[in-house]
Amino acid sequence: MTKSNLPRLELHIPEPPARPDTEVSFTHVNRGEAGAVRRPDIAEHESNMRDLPYELIRVLDDDDKAVGPWDPKLSPETLIKGLRAMVLTRMFDERLFRAHRQGKTSFYMKSTGEEAIAAAQSLALDKGDMFFPTYRASAWLHARNYPLTTMCNQIFSNAEDPLAGKQLPILYSARDYDFYSISGNLGVRFVHAVGWAMASAYKNDTKISLAYVGDGTTAEGDFHEAMTFAAAYRAPTILCVTNNQYAISSFAGFAAPERLPFAAKALAYGFPGLKVDGNDFLAVWGATQWAAERARTNNGPTLIEFYTYRAEGHSTSDDPSAYRPKDEAKHWPLGDPVERLKDHLIALGAWDEERHAALEAELKEKVKVAVKEAEAIGTLGQSKPPIEEMFEDVFAEKDWRLKEQLRELKHRRAGEGA
Amino acid sequence: MTETQNQTMTETKRMNMIQALNSALDVKMSQDEDVLVFGEDVGYFGGVFRVTEGLQAKHGLKRCFDAPLTEGGIIGSAIGMAAYGLKPVPEIQFADYILPAYDQLVSEAARLRYRSNGEFCSPVTVRTPYGGGIFGGQTHSQSPEALFAHVTGLKTVIPSNPYDAKGMLIASIECEDPVIFLEPKRLYNGPFYGRPDDELKTWANSGLATADVPVGHYEVPLGRASLVREGSEVTVLAYGTMVHVAEAGIADAGVDAELLDLRSIVPLDIDAITASVRKTGRCVILHEATRFGGFGGELSALVQERCFDYLRAPIERVAGYDMPYPHAFEWDYFPGPIRLAEAIKKAVEYR
Repeated sequence: MTKSNLPRLELHIPEPPARPDTEVSFTHVNRGEAGAVRRPDIAEHESNMRDLPYELIRVLDDDDKAVGPWDPKLSPETLIKGLRAMVLTRMFDERLFRAHRQGKTSFYMKSTGEEAIAAAQSLALDKGDMFFPTYRASAWLHARNYPLTTMCNQIFSNAEDPLAGKQLPILYSARDYDFYSISGNLGVRFVHAVGWAMASAYKNDTKISLAYVGDGTTAEGDFHEAMTFAAAYRAPTILCVTNNQYAISSFAGFAAPERLPFAAKALAYGFPGLKVDGNDFLAVWGATQWAAERARTNNGPTLIEFYTYRAEGHSTSDDPSAYRPKDEAKHWPLGDPVERLKDHLIALGAWDEERHAALEAELKEKVKVAVKEAEAIGTLGQSKPPIEEMFEDVFAEKDWRLKEQLRELKHRRAGEGA
Repeated sequence: MTETQNQTMTETKRMNMIQALNSALDVKMSQDEDVLVFGEDVGYFGGVFRVTEGLQAKHGLKRCFDAPLTEGGIIGSAIGMAAYGLKPVPEIQFADYILPAYDQLVSEAARLRYRSNGEFCSPVTVRTPYGGGIFGGQTHSQSPEALFAHVTGLKTVIPSNPYDAKGMLIASIECEDPVIFLEPKRLYNGPFYGRPDDELKTWANSGLATADVPVGHYEVPLGRASLVREGSEVTVLAYGTMVHVAEAGIADAGVDAELLDLRSIVPLDIDAITASVRKTGRCVILHEATRFGGFGGELSALVQERCFDYLRAPIERVAGYDMPYPHAFEWDYFPGPIRLAEAIKKAVEYR
């Protein structure tokens, strides 16, 4: 029986600040000042850096200037390389998203609004460092000039699919580009990155690892397992939370109640956490460089929260207007990463609207040509890798089951005249 | 080959299963610096069952070390190490505790090679003690082999004696696929015939040749069953702890049974099974795990599919009852020789 003199308990369910039928609200976003956050020495003790997760590291200010101690002071050539990768990512996403609507592929996911993160890190880290990505990190591959046609071939699951029809579109694997195999299970590979980094240290190698999870995935046990392992063995790794504010339709307030910075989770594990403007190419680069130096000098792991915004739907199967205001993306207080880097280059005098338009035209054409080449091989269902591939790589060598099943399938196809 | 190398290859010692497993790890760690061992309590202390005893002292802190209590973290990091190119041999303290790592094993270790089209693989050997008969209750007694056998991409190995334990652990570490290496903990110190009231035997005084273990490197290949007892009237299929129980049950039944120790259930030695059942015309399957959905169901289906015209009796399954491992009722639950003998007689007498 309920005791009447005790207060009644109430269950709290987090609610986002805005829904489709209300005004956009980003009052909870504290942009801070660009250049205002201090940059400690990489060998600084963790206990002296516990303020960092609560401030937002930004380099590009509102006048498109690079300011403060986190400015990596990159050459215009490097910045243009980054811009190119980001623009290419966006154009590729637009084109391939349309390909899905045309029935040429089963699935697609865009990185729109988050291109700066993987583009900057791809260029900032060394060849041989291993990246354990999520599905919104194709800018890494674009920054390293992964062949677009090969990418399209996987997206179309055609005869030239580099993964031979065994994996979903966009869940790439590209060992030669230091890009680890992705799958749809979230978070699981965060731990692999730590093990990989431990192995590199075990072998007295010089390579480090980099891994992503989204804001929602920080709730998975894998996140905490990785953090625990990274801390215990001081693994040379950079663990990142790409906080794009949404896990499909659920706002980040489920994974970080009261808007606690995800970066602050590092404090409980005893290593530094940075909260970085993820739409600021220079801030991403500067923070990555700092964390990489820490890792390379045996100072251990760093957690970086990249504060960003998923400007489009979760995937081709999602319609965000069903759960958030339609124009929310336009109001994101940290702007568009492509526009911001472009404006910075223009402010530097190293870029202008004409060159930007020319770049867009060039990349648009490049994407178009790649898509055409892949389409010539075939789109989903019109072309596929040889059937034998289906039975390869389950084990290093096929056992009797797979041999029998391959025989059975071939026999049936022969019977059907296929 | 030098004389000392030759000696370690031919020299044998009486070893229990713990010593044999320890020797396998020692041999591989000495041979290959990419082999490393870690898990809960396995480092300085040497493991709760002492399998890793002395390895840290001999090979160094970085080759054999303790891990935080996170099975998912242990297996997940081992997969990352393997993707880098190492040959990690993590230990999960009890098979009962492997489930937090199940996602890592099923979604990652088992599929990494496939989904990356061979770009990445995870040759991790996961050692873990399984099975009952030690009054361990429901959290120290389970036999989860069917959970792993069902997952394509994983190999599942279950030795039944010190010789196989060492040779198969070496083969598992050398294998390019992820292996779940289930160690029958009831057999660590001696053979067990399923009669808890009998005097305990050690491997040293067992009189069994399988306790004579070569000191050096050798392999027992995965996927080959061992013919423990040749017979003509019925085929008994067993693995792990149940191999010895099967011997006792066969003796009790007084039947000329053929006993196959499967040794690994993935890969499975289908040819040995088929040949034996075609010869005897009858088949009894014995495992300690719960019966419904157990690996015995797969064995039974395979035998039926491949030996239907040869079978002269329904296939019998003897297994754990379908409940969590019941502490006080351990010996009521345990599918011991009496239950096996009944099933053997039923199969043999069927007309």
